[in-house]
Amino acid sequence: MKEYLEGSQAIAKVVALCRPGVISAYPITPQTHIVEGLAQLVADGELKVEFVNVESEHSAASCCLGALATGVRAYTSTSSQGLLLMAEVIFNIAGLRLPLVLTCANRAVSAPINIWNDHQDSVTVRDSGWIQFYAESIQEAADLHIQGYRLSEDKRVLLPVMINIDGYILTHGYEVVDIPAQELVDKFLPPYQLERKLDPTHPLTLGVLAGPDYYMETRFAIEKTMEDVLSIIPEISNEFHRTFGRNTGGLIEKYCLEDAQRVIVAMGSVCGTIKETIDEIREKGEKVGLLKIITYRPLPQEEIYQALKKVKEIAVLEKAISLGGFGPLYTEIKSLFQGKGENPKISGFIVGLGGRDITKNSIKTVFDKLSGKQTDCEFIDLKNVEIR
Amino acid sequence: MYKPLLSPGHTACGGCGQALAARLVVDIAGPNVIVVNNTGCLEVFSTGYPDSSWEVPFIHSLFENAGAVASGVESALKYLKKEDQINVIAQAGDGGTADIGLQALSGMWERGHNVLSICYDNEAYMNTGIQRSGLTPLDTNTTTSPVGKFSSGNIRPKKNMIEIASAHGISYVASATVGFPRDLQRKIKKALSLKGPKFLHIHCPCPLGWRHEPNLTLEVAKLAVETGLFPLVEFEFGKLINVYKLKEHKPVEEYLKLQGRFKHLLSPEAKAELARVQEIADGNIERYGLLVK
Repeated sequence: MKEYLEGSQAIAKVVALCRPGVISAYPITPQTHIVEGLAQLVADGELKVEFVNVESEHSAASCCLGALATGVRAYTSTSSQGLLLMAEVIFNIAGLRLPLVLTCANRAVSAPINIWNDHQDSVTVRDSGWIQFYAESIQEAADLHIQGYRLSEDKRVLLPVMINIDGYILTHGYEVVDIPAQELVDKFLPPYQLERKLDPTHPLTLGVLAGPDYYMETRFAIEKTMEDVLSIIPEISNEFHRTFGRNTGGLIEKYCLEDAQRVIVAMGSVCGTIKETIDEIREKGEKVGLLKIITYRPLPQEEIYQALKKVKEIAVLEKAISLGGFGPLYTEIKSLFQGKGENPKISGFIVGLGGRDITKNSIKTVFDKLSGKQTDCEFIDLKNVEIR
Repeated sequence: MYKPLLSPGHTACGGCGQALAARLVVDIAGPNVIVVNNTGCLEVFSTGYPDSSWEVPFIHSLFENAGAVASGVESALKYLKKEDQINVIAQAGDGGTADIGLQALSGMWERGHNVLSICYDNEAYMNTGIQRSGLTPLDTNTTTSPVGKFSSGNIRPKKNMIEIASAHGISYVASATVGFPRDLQRKIKKALSLKGPKFLHIHCPCPLGWRHEPNLTLEVAKLAVETGLFPLVEFEFGKLINVYKLKEHKPVEEYLKLQGRFKHLLSPEAKAELARVQEIADGNIERYGLLVK
């Protein structure tokens, strides 16, 4: 049913449709509306779930870990400092191969404290063994949750999934959202079943000590699974399309790429602004395009390479930086072309940190700069003030 | 035939008090249990892949989160309507209970989860090599509170973990020791018969860290109680209901002299420090009325 909803309310409704058995979270702006929405559904008797109000994000993730290991579907949501406080558990959940779905309302990382959007939080835990999606719109965010559970619990996968949605822009923005019927969700997402779980009738030891003889194989197993996930994601998004009649999710999205000479690579809600700007620039006859990355982990290397290999000038636009290095996505996009023959000009641009508005003019500036000298890590829309 | 639920063949040191206590706990709890364990000696010596000593479902996640993981396990059992069939035990060492894991435990107690938490207290971080914790006694010689020209060991007495737990108003809080296994067994049974959060603080000598002979584990454990340094007490809903009474009050030297970690306290120059340790024992005896009058 189509409803005019705040992003957080849409996600709360969709999570409820996925029938989790345990929800555990700790409040942090701008994630709060999601769990408040779920708490209200529980209070109104519309959602039968154990709702555990824990004392920290570390415990929220740990509580979900315990529930999942006992054979019950779980959900949590966080943001920024909360995700970083969870970081230890984030790695642990992936290592234990437990299928948690977590919403990250992307927000800048302190200090200075800042509650507005960028991607530094989730990008910082990219090496943890989680599958990471970035949503452009509220509809896409909602759909990715349903796909996320299906993917995460697939027996070929058993890895946690993080759905990244831009704080405020998507969590507090309003959109007409199609919230699917329960029967359709039930058809698409079978009940949670975990073969290796905590069960007195079949006692297992989980979370073992693995020394130099075995540890490396556990990491290799995750890496192999991540390779498989690249073919399982399109399979699941195609089935989602067949079931719900809507084409969302997948690895990447190409926008005006066929003949594009200058292309921006980006993730998340900024892709909407980029698409509009491209439409305007194309009216003047300039061939510009966008490659939207939906799946950041595992990185769809081959798809990205094929989509970009004929492009002469590429800008990687990102809301995160590896301080002292480059933008993390820039480094990876650039590495894809190493030793392959094509030698496009690839520039890195840092935008929108701590919620700085990214306007159409910001995007136009990036397209203009692309024709100039190659830059590795240029900040866009910086103010001329000196801060030490 | 008796089949222990924590099987032999694990890699604990000879005379390990924790291995003994853990076996007693899980044997009393029986097979319908899920054990959640913090990082520490117990998890390391019992789960080295591809082996495991656990004959019951067991999960280890991290150093500080057994309280939160157990909350999740118990919530899942509630959701599955199996809460009455399966006991949940969350266990940790002294560091995992009183230091790094205290927040998660406090949260679990405050929320009222039906979980028995156990602290295997060997009074220092033994797994990493005998570093002091919040439950290390006054004047203990550890690798991070070493004795030296300007130090007589750990600078503060043990944190009163029992009363911290009891202040949560939970159904049952008790201290026990491997030195008195029947008393320990009774307390485990009692704890598991009650609903809601329970806490059992078990004193477990560590021959390696305490530097006593491995065959003296039980004797050392008993002396900790008999000198008043580790009082055995029971609280229900925040109220003291029972204590293990002492027929005589043994001087603390009897306990200290068996252990290398207190050797410095028995030199003639350490009289004042020794008196401070005796004061702690005397204080416990008075506070909990331990002596038979």
